Amino acid sequence: MAHEKHFDHVTGTETTGHVWDDDIRELNKPLPKWWLYVMYATIVWGIGYWIAYPAWPTLSGYTKGMLGYSQRSEVAADIAQAKAAQDTFRQAIDKTPLADIKQSPELMQFAMAGGAALFGENCAACHGRGAQGATGYPNLNDDDWLWGGTLDTIHKTISYGIRSSHEQTHATAMPRFGLDGALDAAQINDVASHVRLMAGLDADKEQAARGAATFADQCAVCHNPDGTGNTEMGAPNLVDSIWLYGNSQQQVAASIATGRGGIMPAWEGRLDPVSIKMLTVYVHALGGGK
Amino acid sequence: MSDTAIERSALGDSLAIGSALLCGAIGLLYAFAGTDTPIAINGAMFAIASLLALGYLITHPSDAAADRDEGYMDGPIRVATIACVFWGVVGFLVGDILAWQLAFPALNFDLPWTNFGRLRPVHTSAVVFAFGGNALIATSLYVVQRTSRARLAGKWSPWFVVWGYQLFIVLAASGYLLGVTQGKEYAEPEWYVDLWLTVVWVAYLLVFLATLYKREEPHIYVANWFYLAFIVTIAMLHVINNLSIPVSLLGSQSYSLFAGVQSAMTQWWYGHNAVGFFLTAGFLGIMYYFIPKRVERPVYSYRLSIVHFWSLIFLYIWAGPHHLHYTALPDWAQTLGMTMSIILWMPSWGGMINGLMTLSGAWDRLRTDAVVRFLVVSVAFYGMSTFEGPLMSIKAVNSLSHYTEWTVGHVHSGALGWVGMVSFGAVYCLVPWLWKRQGLYSMRMVEWHFWLATIGLVLYITSMWVAGITEGLMWRAYDNLGFLKYAFIETVEAKHWPFIIRAVGGLLFVAGSLVMALNVWRTIRGDAPVDIKDQPAVAAAPELRGLRAVPAE
Repeated sequence: MAHEKHFDHVTGTETTGHVWDDDIRELNKPLPKWWLYVMYATIVWGIGYWIAYPAWPTLSGYTKGMLGYSQRSEVAADIAQAKAAQDTFRQAIDKTPLADIKQSPELMQFAMAGGAALFGENCAACHGRGAQGATGYPNLNDDDWLWGGTLDTIHKTISYGIRSSHEQTHATAMPRFGLDGALDAAQINDVASHVRLMAGLDADKEQAARGAATFADQCAVCHNPDGTGNTEMGAPNLVDSIWLYGNSQQQVAASIATGRGGIMPAWEGRLDPVSIKMLTVYVHALGGGK
Repeated sequence: MSDTAIERSALGDSLAIGSALLCGAIGLLYAFAGTDTPIAINGAMFAIASLLALGYLITHPSDAAADRDEGYMDGPIRVATIACVFWGVVGFLVGDILAWQLAFPALNFDLPWTNFGRLRPVHTSAVVFAFGGNALIATSLYVVQRTSRARLAGKWSPWFVVWGYQLFIVLAASGYLLGVTQGKEYAEPEWYVDLWLTVVWVAYLLVFLATLYKREEPHIYVANWFYLAFIVTIAMLHVINNLSIPVSLLGSQSYSLFAGVQSAMTQWWYGHNAVGFFLTAGFLGIMYYFIPKRVERPVYSYRLSIVHFWSLIFLYIWAGPHHLHYTALPDWAQTLGMTMSIILWMPSWGGMINGLMTLSGAWDRLRTDAVVRFLVVSVAFYGMSTFEGPLMSIKAVNSLSHYTEWTVGHVHSGALGWVGMVSFGAVYCLVPWLWKRQGLYSMRMVEWHFWLATIGLVLYITSMWVAGITEGLMWRAYDNLGFLKYAFIETVEAKHWPFIIRAVGGLLFVAGSLVMALNVWRTIRGDAPVDIKDQPAVAAAPELRGLRAVPAE
C-alpha cells in the first residue's frame, strides 16, 4: 500500500502513503531550501569557530585554536587594564595622609567616587544605601559617633571592626546585666526609667529615683554620670535623643538586660588599604565627620 | 479466553498484590525507623499509598470476561489528564505567589515553609514534572495506542505508571516544604524519591515499548519517535545526574557522586537536556499528533520530520555547557556548548515549520477554533524561544544576559508559551475524546482562557526582558574614574516595577488556567455544551462524530 500514490486534495501534493489513526497523513515535501542552507551556514560557522578557539578535548589536553584565546588570560588582561587606569590616583592616595586628601580636589573626587562604590557594595547592606542606618546599625550621617568621628577613628573602626575577630578590634562590650544575673528585672526596669527621664522622656519618677542609684553604681563609669557617654569605650551618649536600639521603656530595658553587643566586621584584609582610606574619607564626608 | 491468558492475568494480579505489599512494608519501615522527620513523613505517605493500592487490587479481582475487552485503554489517561489540569493550576499559583514575593519580600511571612527557597522547587517541579509530565504521560499513552492501533501493554502497569508518578510528585513536593533537597536545580528530590521515580519511569518505558511492539501499523508515527526519545533520554539523565551515596539508608540526605566543576557540568548536561528532551522532544510529540488531527490536514513534510528529529536528538545533548559560560568550566567545553547551541537553531525550527505549515489549506481554523489557536500560538512561541536560546548561548550575549531576569523570561516564554499552550490545546482535544462527549462544555471559555494566557504571557516576557537587560547593563556600568556605577541593591530596586508587571501577568495566566479547570470539569461531568455550533466536528469524541449535525460551512 505504500506504493500506491496518494495525493492531498487541497494542495495537490503527493503524500507518503502512510495513514495513521484513520486520517493522519504526511506530505512528501522536500526540505525547505532556506532552512537547509541556514543549517549548513551554522555548521560552517561552528567549524570555523572550532578552528579559531579552544574546542575539542584530546587524550592529553584540548585543541587550543588559532587565536590563542584563553578566558583566564582575557580576564587577567581586563583586570590589569582596569587597575592601570586607576593606578596614578591609587598610588597618590596611598602616599597621602588621610587628613591631606581633601587638599587636592582631584584626589578628593576620586576618593569620594571610590568610597561611594565601596560603600554600596560593602556597607549599605547594614547601614543603608544613604548611610541612614537602621535599628542596631548606626546612622553615619549624623554627628553622633560611638567610637569617634575623626578621620583616624573612623579609619580604625573600618579597619578593625567592632567586637570582630580582628586582634585590634574595638573589644569593649557592655555587661549583660539581666542575662548574667547582675540585676533583677525590677532593678533593670528602674534603671530604664532613670535613663529615659535623664534623656527628657516621660518615665515613672519613683522607679527613676530607685534606678538613679543603680545607674551611678553600674553605668556611670562608662556612660558618665550625666549620661553623655564615652567614645573611648564605645559607650553611647544617652541624652542626645539618638537611640540605636529604640527608646521605649521595653527597648531600653532590653538593652540593659542583654548588653546588645552589636558587631561590625573588620575590613582589613578584605579591602586593600587604599580602599579603606577612600571609604574613610567618604564616610567622614557624609555629614557628621569631626 | 484461553487458559494461558487466564493464568497470565492471575499471575499479573499476584505480582501487583505482592508489589503493593512490599511497598507498604518499605513505607512502614521508614515511617517508624526513619532517622529524620521528613523521611518518616514520606515513609508514611508511601505506606498509605501502597496500602490503598493493595486494597483496590484485592477488591477488584480479575474478571476474565471483562479483560477480553480489546478496545483502547483510556482509564489511566483520564487520570493523567485530570492530574495535568490540577497540578497545572497548583504550579501556576505557586509561581505567581513567588512572583509577588519577589516584588514584595514581606509576603513570605517569615515562615520556613513559605520562603522562596522552599517554594521555588515546588513551583518548578509542579509545572515541569507534574503539569508537563502528566500532559506527556496522558498524550503519549493516548497517541501510541491510536497510531499503533494497539491497546496499551499490561494490565496494571499503565495504572502503576500514572499513580506511581503522582506519588512521586507528592513525595517530592512535601519533601521540599519540609526542607529536603539535594540542591540540584530541577533535580531537587533526594535519593529515595529518585529511586522511586526510576522504578516508575522504567515501567513507563516498558509500557510504551511493548505497546509499540504490538502495533498493527507498519510504520511508527513521528510523534512516537519523539515520545520514545523523551522517555529514554530522561531515564539516562535522571539516573546519572542523581548518582549519590545516602548518608544513611534510613535518612533523607545524601552526598552527590560528583564535586566541583564536574558536578556543575553533569547538572547542566542534565538541566539543559531536561529542556531538550522533556520540554521539547516530548511536547513535539504532542504537536505532531494533535495539530494534524485537530486541523485535519497532513503533516507538512515527512522528510523534514526525519531530518529535524535526528539533528535535534544529536545536537541537544551537547548544549548544556552554555549554562556555564565564564565559569571554571574549561574553554573547550564552553566552545562546544555554544557552537552546538547555534547549530541547533535550524533543527529546532524544523519542528516549528512542520507544525505551522501543517495548517496550509486550513489557516481559517485559526480564526474559528480557539483550540487550534492554542496549538499554533504554542508553536510560534516555540520558534521564538528556540531562536532566543541560541542567541543567549553566544558568549558575548551571555555575558549580558547570564544571571539576569532575561533568563527567567526566556524560560517562561518556552514554558508558558510553548509547553503550556500546547498542553492546553491537547487537553481541550483530549477531554471530549476521552469522556465521549459531543464537544467541550464551552468554546467561549476556551477563548477567554486563550486571551488571559496570551496577555499574561506577553506581560511576563516583556517585563523580564526589561528587567534583565536593565540589571545586566547596570551591573557592568562603570563611571569615568573606573568605579562601579551601581550598588547591587540599586539593580534590585530597578526591577521592582517589572516584578509587579510580571506578577500581574502571572495572575492572568493563573486565572486562565482556572477557567480551563472549570471548563474541563463541566465537560467531564457531562453538562451539555452551551455553544456546540461553534465547535468543529473534530471536537467530538471519534465514536460520536457521525452522530452529530455538522454546521454548514
